[in-house]
Amino acid sequence: MTATTTAPDAADTAAVRRAIASTARPARPGPLSTALTFGWRGMLKVKHVPEQLLDVTITPVMFLLMFTYLFGGAIAGSTSAYLDYTLPGLLVMSVLFTTVYSGVSLNTDMTKGVVDRFRSLPIWRPAPLLGSLLGDSVRYVIAGTVIIVVGVALGFRPEGGPLGAVAALGLVVVFSFGLSWVFSVLGLLLRSPNAVMNAGFMGIFPLTFLSNVFVDPATLPGPLQAFVDVNPISILATASRSLMAGDPDGTAIVTSLVVAALLAAVFLPLTTRLYRSR
Amino acid sequence: MTRSAPLAVEATGLAKSFGSTRAVAGIDLAVPAGTIYGVLGPNGAGKTTTIRMLATLIPPDAGSARVLGHDIATDADAVRGLVSLTGQLASVDEELTGRENLVLLGRLLGHGRAAARDRADELLTAFGIAEAAAKLVKHYSGGMRRRLDIAASLVVTPQLMFLDEPTTGLDPRSRNQVWEIARALVAEGTTILLCTQYLEEADQLADGIVVIDRGQVIAEGTPGQLKASVGSGSLRVRLLAPDQRAEAARVLERAVGAVVLDPDPASLSAACADPGRAALGVAELARAGVGLADFSLDQPSLDEVFLSLTGHAADASSRTLEEQPS
Repeated sequence: MTATTTAPDAADTAAVRRAIASTARPARPGPLSTALTFGWRGMLKVKHVPEQLLDVTITPVMFLLMFTYLFGGAIAGSTSAYLDYTLPGLLVMSVLFTTVYSGVSLNTDMTKGVVDRFRSLPIWRPAPLLGSLLGDSVRYVIAGTVIIVVGVALGFRPEGGPLGAVAALGLVVVFSFGLSWVFSVLGLLLRSPNAVMNAGFMGIFPLTFLSNVFVDPATLPGPLQAFVDVNPISILATASRSLMAGDPDGTAIVTSLVVAALLAAVFLPLTTRLYRSR
Repeated sequence: MTRSAPLAVEATGLAKSFGSTRAVAGIDLAVPAGTIYGVLGPNGAGKTTTIRMLATLIPPDAGSARVLGHDIATDADAVRGLVSLTGQLASVDEELTGRENLVLLGRLLGHGRAAARDRADELLTAFGIAEAAAKLVKHYSGGMRRRLDIAASLVVTPQLMFLDEPTTGLDPRSRNQVWEIARALVAEGTTILLCTQYLEEADQLADGIVVIDRGQVIAEGTPGQLKASVGSGSLRVRLLAPDQRAEAARVLERAVGAVVLDPDPASLSAACADPGRAALGVAELARAGVGLADFSLDQPSLDEVFLSLTGHAADASSRTLEEQPS
């Protein structure tokens, strides 16, 4: 059987034979280049399904509008005073919520055969994980930028200027690198993307509310205040607030970075091990 | 099979358990290089687990294997550099376009940007996917998706390709295309390890077959040997007039072999391994004036292979698949 004249929707056996006749093998790419290629894959997915960005940007914008105009006056005396207080915290919330989606997309990947193909390639083992995190960081930056831009449109004028805002965004994104490994582990342990989403938000949602993102903890009852003060999300929000105010709080910034490093130190090896064994 | 041929896969005592389930319970394999080697068995027999071990996706609990001369445990990276996976276990990214999938793999395998794009276009054209290259894979038809899957395994031509159930769920035309591609690959020197639950597929493609059941090899040989060991296929005839069935049964009993009357009042089958004999039987029917609506020479099904090799039928899930039109 020859297949020289085939319909477009059919394999052309002669061309297939020509294509596989060349057995030349390119040199293996380095670890960094491999990770960057996986980052490109993550970016392509954002390009094809831009709606996935709506999920992570609309919720924080809703919170921003709701809290500023519904509760702002009551909490801080005026909506503009409250906006100044809460926006750096909402930046933290919006980016941290996005990290849950890193676990969700990893879980989605694992349920498809494509991960087996990646694992059967002669590539640096952690590259797919690091690469998708690189792609995710673009989402983090977009989510954070949206909140800052909407805040500025509503009248937020931080003392620290654009530089302070960029520094705060940078710190939050770096913290998210650390935190996202926690959700990656969830993504590898749980059965479905929905389960990851639910478990992720069940953790991150109360933690965000039991922090100083929305209210000054000075008015809280003692034990609650004690918890809020040690909650890493409070510390990160404090650091973000101080950077935006142009008066960096060294302790809060360093503590945030140390927490991120600890999270990565524990959960990154766990992630790579789970990824390899599944 | 010539034992002198170099072996692409050489496995001894491979075993793997998941919890209390022994998925693979000591499998030996010897796959000669440059051939298509079929691993035949029902769902859950341990085919996919065996391939996953050989492709270094999961480590075996016991036993050892060399793939293209490299130990899968101590030299896994070298194995990965020489093999490709296709089928139900390795797939393509549904959320990317066909072209992006191939460029991605080209880049991961070390092609530069331009070379990866050129290779992707070459494969897309060869596999008849060029027109859908810019569409997301989730919108592809089953046949197209399977061809892309195979193309993705050929971005760098592998020395050994694992084809896991490559035609399950495909229409006959797409299935024939996959078979053509497999034959072309072997003609160019690639070895193929083919997992299938269709005896017909193994018969069409494979030079050698192992039959596995419950994690163990229960038979090994060429397709011809295997079918001979199973006994026979059958000549099935459908009559124009059901009232001629008794007459037809007498003729076939004499000319061919033991006759079984089918539930359909116009049909009957005679055990028959030899197509020449079957032709004789059909001729005798015509001579006796029995009008035929249809006749066919059926191969023994996987169920019959299993029944004769193990004394039990292949499990229920594979039986329903077996009944799909082929």
